[in-house]
Amino acid sequence: MFKDIEHLVRLAAVMAIALIAFATMRALVVPRSFGEYGHYRGDAIAEIAARPVAFAGHDVCEACHIDVVEQKKQGKHVVVPCEACHGAQAKHADDPASVKPAKLDTAVVCARCHEANSAKPKGFPQVATADHAGGLACDICHQPHRPKIETPAATKPATEGKK
Amino acid sequence: MQIPVEGFMYPNEVELQWSILIVLYPFITGLVAGAFILASLERVFRVEAVKPTYRLALLTALAFLLVAPLPLQLHLGHPERSLEMYLTPHRSSAMAMFGFVYLWYLMAVLLLEIWLDYRRDIVVKSQTTTGVTRLIYRVLTLGSSNISERSLHIDERLGYFITVIGIPSAFLLHGYVGFIFGSVKANPWWSSPLMPIVFIFSAMVSGIAVVMLLYMISTRLRRREIDICCLDKIAQYLFYIFVIDFSLEMLDLLQRIYEADESFRSLDFMVHTRLWTSQVIVQIVCGTVTPIVLLGLTQILSLTDTVRKRIYALAGCLTVIGIFAMRWNVVIGGQLFSKSFLGYTTYKMAFATREGLLTAITLLILPFIFLLVLVKLLPPWPDAGPVPASGASPAHGTS
Repeated sequence: MFKDIEHLVRLAAVMAIALIAFATMRALVVPRSFGEYGHYRGDAIAEIAARPVAFAGHDVCEACHIDVVEQKKQGKHVVVPCEACHGAQAKHADDPASVKPAKLDTAVVCARCHEANSAKPKGFPQVATADHAGGLACDICHQPHRPKIETPAATKPATEGKK
Repeated sequence: MQIPVEGFMYPNEVELQWSILIVLYPFITGLVAGAFILASLERVFRVEAVKPTYRLALLTALAFLLVAPLPLQLHLGHPERSLEMYLTPHRSSAMAMFGFVYLWYLMAVLLLEIWLDYRRDIVVKSQTTTGVTRLIYRVLTLGSSNISERSLHIDERLGYFITVIGIPSAFLLHGYVGFIFGSVKANPWWSSPLMPIVFIFSAMVSGIAVVMLLYMISTRLRRREIDICCLDKIAQYLFYIFVIDFSLEMLDLLQRIYEADESFRSLDFMVHTRLWTSQVIVQIVCGTVTPIVLLGLTQILSLTDTVRKRIYALAGCLTVIGIFAMRWNVVIGGQLFSKSFLGYTTYKMAFATREGLLTAITLLILPFIFLLVLVKLLPPWPDAGPVPASGASPAHGTS
């Protein structure tokens, strides 16, 4: 009788080995803290909390760059935090002398918000940058901290969208 | 790459997140489920006429099942993380649970049924072949060469039991795919409780059509005579299931038209513009109505064997194209309109990229390469050498 089901017993043994291998791998690979608080590794919270702070916060920037604050107050970018365009600057704030922020490519940075898109509110300033600037950097005409051009008639192209 | 947009789209709707690979996934799993259902007709429901396709259907299901996860893997940014689905299963996610449905169907149903059905052949081949081939067959025997009447009878009974379990498993595998789409309540194109049922029936239609075509092609390549009784029976089942599938889809459509909720005008406009060719022309006219009419004609008219074979071949090809179009219209169509119902985007398919057309074509060819290897390893027909067509008998397995 056993001989007739021997192949099935062997099959069951192969399956059992596969299951044991899986259980062993799971025990080895799944972190101990997994599921401690939810469907993620519990230790991740402490690890993330231990990371160095990357953003300085606009209050820290404004403490030194008073001239820029004054400029921003005259334009709509007053509501835009410094690091939204300049990136995380905690290292620069800690050591302003040796860590200098990289110069921004305004043709790229400005387009992140101002590239024309039908989903954006109509009142929001947006342009098709290819038509509007033809690849030129925005800060050739616009002062980024106070972007409105005071004498637009001389520079504004005929194809320009709503500003 | 600038994507043409018409009207108003929210920013995250402009670019489609689910590409042609996600179209392939339900298409391929559908073929698996359909092929398995056809195999079960012989095994469980004792439809003797379809016996010549029993083993071919099982191998086809396996070949396609092996490829089924690949479109998903290629779609993932970190495919190596997919293993975590098994290691740390998330029970509240239907997509995460798919891994277990897939594994169950592959390991506990399909591989087991094929192994039990082929065990006698594997043992014989392990004793009659040489070299590497012999080694492969010996591994497949698991070290047991007992093929006594009693042990084969036990295999037969166990195989029957597994097929019985396999039918709801096949339904589960493909029903799950429909469930994934049907349960997206934020998308009116997908959200329908009929979706899993429509997916299952369309899966049966496509799987049966593919096995029918493969049977015709493989028999022709082997220079044997096609068993016309078998073909007639498969076509008959294809016709019946296709009628049910079409009725369900029309029922869904009628319900949507009558209900005419806030999404209806937008979706109706989409069907009449962006989806007109793929949905109305390819899916409904060419891929559904035409094959149903063709198959219906073979049921009503008294046609010669040659004419019937040609009609079956044509209807089979149109069916597969139609079901592919159905998957396309569900997956791609569901992403073309805005949730605001005020705009439409366009699907721009790349060519030689990770989710491009070339990858999709490769993934569609791959199951046939797998099938070729499987057929070489485990021939679904008992007689291997080609003989003249006049002296041929229908190929069938020893189930």
